Amino acid sequence: MRSDFLKGMTHGIPIALGYISVSFGFGIAAVRAGLSVAAAVGISASNLTSAGQAAGVEIIAAGGTLIELALSQLVINLRYSLMGLSLSQKLDDSFTVPHRLLASFGITDEIFAVAAAQPGKLKPSYMYGLILIAALGWTGGTLLGAVAGQALPQMFTAAMGILLYGMFIAIIIPPSRKSRSVFGAVLIAALISLLFKFVFTKISVGFAIIISASVAAAVMALIAPVPDDEEEEQS
Amino acid sequence: MSIVVYIAVMAIVTYLIRMLPLTLFRSKIKSKFLRSFLKYIPYTVLSAMTFPAIFYSTGNVITATVGTVAALITAFFGLPLIVVAAAAAGTALIAGLFIL
Repeated sequence: MRSDFLKGMTHGIPIALGYISVSFGFGIAAVRAGLSVAAAVGISASNLTSAGQAAGVEIIAAGGTLIELALSQLVINLRYSLMGLSLSQKLDDSFTVPHRLLASFGITDEIFAVAAAQPGKLKPSYMYGLILIAALGWTGGTLLGAVAGQALPQMFTAAMGILLYGMFIAIIIPPSRKSRSVFGAVLIAALISLLFKFVFTKISVGFAIIISASVAAAVMALIAPVPDDEEEEQS
Repeated sequence: MSIVVYIAVMAIVTYLIRMLPLTLFRSKIKSKFLRSFLKYIPYTVLSAMTFPAIFYSTGNVITATVGTVAALITAFFGLPLIVVAAAAAGTALIAGLFIL
């Protein structure tokens, strides 16, 4: 029990280190968008998601509606349900409903990737160790970034605004090289997003992301449905 | 509207998305379209969020473009997340020193 927790914590360290640098960028960006340090840290501690939070801050800063905010989180974070679905098949018998309710808070791309790669069934204590360290890294990095965002020279904080997007590029480019259909999806989404920025400028930023992402994914799901044998590694 | 309400809505929606499938579902999604859609969604979301917003992320289109190119190149060669993110911010910062 105890050793599983420690094992989870150890596996969480590389994730936490990656999170600190990226959430540092999120902290800076949130403060630049007009949020307080407490709000930035509160968002990271309660959401534990990069893309969803970035879109959320944009929508809050633009004075968007709660419906728009909720829908944007639904679409952007929809991938977590797939990961949850996949993890649900891999849980140990000791993973009772209360444990599931608690551990599901910590499903992120990276935590999912590490947990899914573990041999055998997952124990609650392992998941808690993994999630705890990763969440501390994410929240701590946000705090550092938000505080630094107020103290560091404007030129420095401005350049840090690109950190989060750099991470997004690092996530989408390698699979785009491997798979033409993923590349197609990325390209269509970017093109529709550009249309919203320069042509249909009346549409708010949250809905622009929702529509661009959903249309591109639907188009590619029709043109290039995922073959059954690919699912295990893709999910 | 209070910022606390905004944060609560974000957190609750995000939690439900994670919690419901892990707690309730025990079987696979049957629809091939839905499975494919869910496979593409992470990439299309990140792409739509990144383009064109990344070009405005530093407050200066030129420094942001330099950073974007650096990110694309390092990502193309499959370098780790931190390296790509740091390359983007580092080159944007250096570009800023030269032109601002």
